[in-house]
Amino acid sequence: MKLGMKLNKFLITTALSLLPLSEALAEEAVLNAGDTSWVIVSTALVMMMTPAGLALFYGGMSRYKNLLNTFAMTIIAYCLASVIWVIWGYTLSFGPDQAGIIGGLNHLFMTGIGVNDLSGTIPTYVFALFQMTFAAITVALVLGSIVDRMKFSAWIVFTILWVTAVYCPIAHWFWGGGWMGEMGALDFAGGNVVHINAGVAGLVLCLMLGKRIGYGKEAMFPSSISLTALGAALLWFGWFGFNAGSQLAADGVAGSAFLVTNTSAATGALTWMFVEWKVNKKPTLLGIASGVVAGLVSITPAAGFVNLSGALIIGMGAGMIGFYGVAVLKKKLGYDDSLDAFGVHGMCGIWGALATGLLADPAITEGARGLFYGNPKQLWIQFVSIVATALFTAIGTLFVLVVTKYLTRGIRVRADEEIEGLDSAIHGERAFEIS
Amino acid sequence: MKKIEAIIKPFKLDDVKEALGEVNIQGMTISEVKGHGRQKGHTEIYRGAEYVVDFIPKVKIEVVVTDEVLDTVLDKIEEAARTGKLGDGKIFVFNVEQAVRVRTGERGEDAI
Repeated sequence: MKLGMKLNKFLITTALSLLPLSEALAEEAVLNAGDTSWVIVSTALVMMMTPAGLALFYGGMSRYKNLLNTFAMTIIAYCLASVIWVIWGYTLSFGPDQAGIIGGLNHLFMTGIGVNDLSGTIPTYVFALFQMTFAAITVALVLGSIVDRMKFSAWIVFTILWVTAVYCPIAHWFWGGGWMGEMGALDFAGGNVVHINAGVAGLVLCLMLGKRIGYGKEAMFPSSISLTALGAALLWFGWFGFNAGSQLAADGVAGSAFLVTNTSAATGALTWMFVEWKVNKKPTLLGIASGVVAGLVSITPAAGFVNLSGALIIGMGAGMIGFYGVAVLKKKLGYDDSLDAFGVHGMCGIWGALATGLLADPAITEGARGLFYGNPKQLWIQFVSIVATALFTAIGTLFVLVVTKYLTRGIRVRADEEIEGLDSAIHGERAFEIS
Repeated sequence: MKKIEAIIKPFKLDDVKEALGEVNIQGMTISEVKGHGRQKGHTEIYRGAEYVVDFIPKVKIEVVVTDEVLDTVLDKIEEAARTGKLGDGKIFVFNVEQAVRVRTGERGEDAI
């Protein structure tokens, strides 16, 4: 993610020291074993977040008759994104820049990338795989808005098209040398690219799909809050790879990202719990688990830029905004965002991106300076990046949905299947055998 | 012969079973049931969505006894199942016309 910045710094120092070009290239091409091993481990950590963390987090919140379907959609999203990424996703995101909009097709099927090729100080293969896990979790996050009612075939087609047409361009804009990165938008580990992107896509999807049968009239109990809490814990664990790994190096900034990530998650959970306790009279475990995720989402764009007090503020804001998003905003606007992909990821992603513009401390990463450190322009840049991401995602998702609807003859399951439950109707299985 | 149906709080089942043992009641049938009386249900809130749970889990005990011991048994169950709070349950008594012990073919009070 910070590749561009690192490269710039490197070029400047090279120019200043007036080294011969050959020596400079030799210096650039050095693999760092510490960085490489940390990013390999981080990749594995982020991988776990999708088929384990998110599957449990979402699965536990979906109804007992749709638990397996939620799991299946999450895992299949990971598999599809994995294959898409190595065939055309990586090159669309990180191939040679085409006018700041998209990457070129030079690396289809990873062509032209060898075992010894480096991105910064780590092998390009490792970099590509690390990025792949981000593409996978982003599309899987969208699920939260639409569980209980989307056709499985439609989800497969949607995933393929969405990763290609929405995720890849946005990843390129921020991290692949595109216009947002050039403009100076700060997104350390994916506040815009992952969370605002997924949240807004989820909102569009749930508006297009319509409400679940019986929404607002009948009780829709989560199948197992204990699975959800375990999922939140696994997400938290994986998020250390997500945020501290995004430094792409085993250095001080990675350590700082690790610290602020944990602080924000804990603060988010505590804040959500106390707010809920005050408002609804009970401190629910679902609220605590949601607060953890809200805190993690919000610190994501800021992880490599803010200091400890910044993390406390971001975490506190996350707990309040997340609770507001799911308990107040959703009710007011009347959409059926089943598991609150927009309420938590969208809202807290926006908060995190704005907070980065306020709280970025140049003492953490040089050149990343927020409003409170004397650079009001950064807040404006962040604002522009949020609006541009949300707009592009909304339009792109709508387009992808229209194509999906045409290809799979509708995106919603039949009413009788929805009432029967998707585990049985689609998969022919059931999650529990309790007698 | 009378049949007693007692609907009680599930965690009071062991107490009631013990109390029935004390007055030599040897058999009973229990089932897990759901319902509500004046206590009504309770509410659960998930991320701000409030659901009223109308029916609360209870245990139903069915015991058939002779007319002589009916009042003693009723007292025992009542005493054992009581917490003094809402939702302690109800006890109903019915007439029983006949009883059969399947293994031996005994009829009437001998079969209880």
